[in-house]
Amino acid sequence: MNQAALKVENLTIAYHKKPVVEDVSFEVPEGNLIGIIGPNGAGKSTLIKGILELIPKISGQITIKGSTYKTMRKSIGYVPQRESVDWDFPTNALDVVMMGRYGHLGWLRRPGKSERQKGMECLEKVGMAEYANRQISQLSGGQQQRIFLARALAQEADIYFMDEPFVGVDAATEKAIIQLLMELKEKGKTVLVVHHDLSTVKEYFDWTMLLNKKVMKIGPTEEVFIPEYLQATYGGRLAILSDTKSGLLLK
Amino acid sequence: MNIMDIITDPNTRWILLGTMFLGLSSGVIGSFAYLRKQSLLGDTLAHAALPGICVAFMLTGVKSTSYFLVGAALAGLVAVFLISVLTRYSKIKQDAALGIVLSSFFGFGIVMLTQIQQSEYGNQSGLDTFLFGQTASMVMSDVYMMMTVSFILIFTCTVFFKEFKLLSFDPGFAKGMGLPVVFLDYFIMMLIVAAVVIGIQAVGVVLMASLLITPAVSARYWTERLHIMVILSGIFGMLSGVSGTLISTSVNDLPTGPLIVLSATVWFFFSMLFAPKRGVLSSVWRRVSTKKKYSLEQDRRKGSHSS
Repeated sequence: MNQAALKVENLTIAYHKKPVVEDVSFEVPEGNLIGIIGPNGAGKSTLIKGILELIPKISGQITIKGSTYKTMRKSIGYVPQRESVDWDFPTNALDVVMMGRYGHLGWLRRPGKSERQKGMECLEKVGMAEYANRQISQLSGGQQQRIFLARALAQEADIYFMDEPFVGVDAATEKAIIQLLMELKEKGKTVLVVHHDLSTVKEYFDWTMLLNKKVMKIGPTEEVFIPEYLQATYGGRLAILSDTKSGLLLK
Repeated sequence: MNIMDIITDPNTRWILLGTMFLGLSSGVIGSFAYLRKQSLLGDTLAHAALPGICVAFMLTGVKSTSYFLVGAALAGLVAVFLISVLTRYSKIKQDAALGIVLSSFFGFGIVMLTQIQQSEYGNQSGLDTFLFGQTASMVMSDVYMMMTVSFILIFTCTVFFKEFKLLSFDPGFAKGMGLPVVFLDYFIMMLIVAAVVIGIQAVGVVLMASLLITPAVSARYWTERLHIMVILSGIFGMLSGVSGTLISTSVNDLPTGPLIVLSATVWFFFSMLFAPKRGVLSSVWRRVSTKKKYSLEQDRRKGSHSS
């Protein structure tokens, strides 16, 4: 049987006293595009950060392709929320993308020619090559998001975690990003995406995870993304219009 | 005294060298503190150094920069620990926590300082100069210490430039990549403490923070590249150290520390006003010229319509 790309067992994360993510266990097969869906405060970002060990967890075991997270760190790519950094930082787009190579470089070695080349390649993939020398605060929100995506590509990972990559980007950028994610999937990479827009879930993701503190449901989108489960996840706060083309609207 | 006299005076030459290295190293490490939004932390570490130094003096009975370094570093660690405890276990925000720790440590330091002055420690004289600094009390070994610390500081910032950069820009990503972020946090803090300690004798704990912050802020105006900013900040710090020292020795022996800080402030105002792109004047000029261009175009359009 195919080994799971990512296996999470009994993951619990709490900020203060209340657990934000409680006893979460799931497995994700290789080569899939997975959307993580849930209401505000459901712990979507927290789940990702917990898996990546960016925040301490109370309990839980993370396994990546059968090995521990620590040994597999280099095969993991991460796209944080765009607002998590101050974009008025003295650096340019190419420089940020090259940061994706730092993990492979290790200590003491400086980024050189091959890193520049890799960085340019990744910028090209997100259609930002002409902005390589642009100071990052002079980029639009969508362009900044693409830079973060290019940086993750530079990590040359097998599993990608993306925290709301579609927030605050225009339609063209969204399309460019999703196309890129599809390409990653074709190459056998696994991509987990925290996502907000229910109307695009069916179109974008082959797998869907419904999260509200616990994993309500995970599996192929057509099996999981149905009104019954969605209502359970959103606590009945959804107004579902079955006659619309996408079948769903969030109110 | 005129400039020639100052430069040929061996004592002043040492002091000049010392303040130069002090400005250089605090400018370099200050850049990272500023970009990580930890300017206030530098101020807190500087004030917290005072009780650390007093304890070091009380325990050893000697005025030695290396003992002071240990004392200040330990006090800094305690301060940082308290700040993180306060912010984690109470609803107090970081700025308030910094303020509480800063003032209480400083108050404690002043109490101890007074205690030392009033008791029999033999050579306690001169410890009170640590408040606002006094370059006249600097001896050759102090200058050597300043040079050593700044070499170590600059060497470290060069070697770990890539890590410091990532940590300053995106600590979350750095952590995901496996960088020991907490360790590096403390490491940078210790470098700040080192800069503070070598600055205490010349500038004093009260004003030391400005040498960490002001050159970095000035440098940021001139460039959009981190390494250039760090170098520029070091240069601004160095210039401030040199000009402050020169002014203080040439004009009626004014206090050196405050003059160094004021020089740094002059550089800051100069940068804020005249820097290309980010400076105030250039952005005003840009706005005015855009406005002019726009109204000219409007006029032309109107003209072509009416004709």
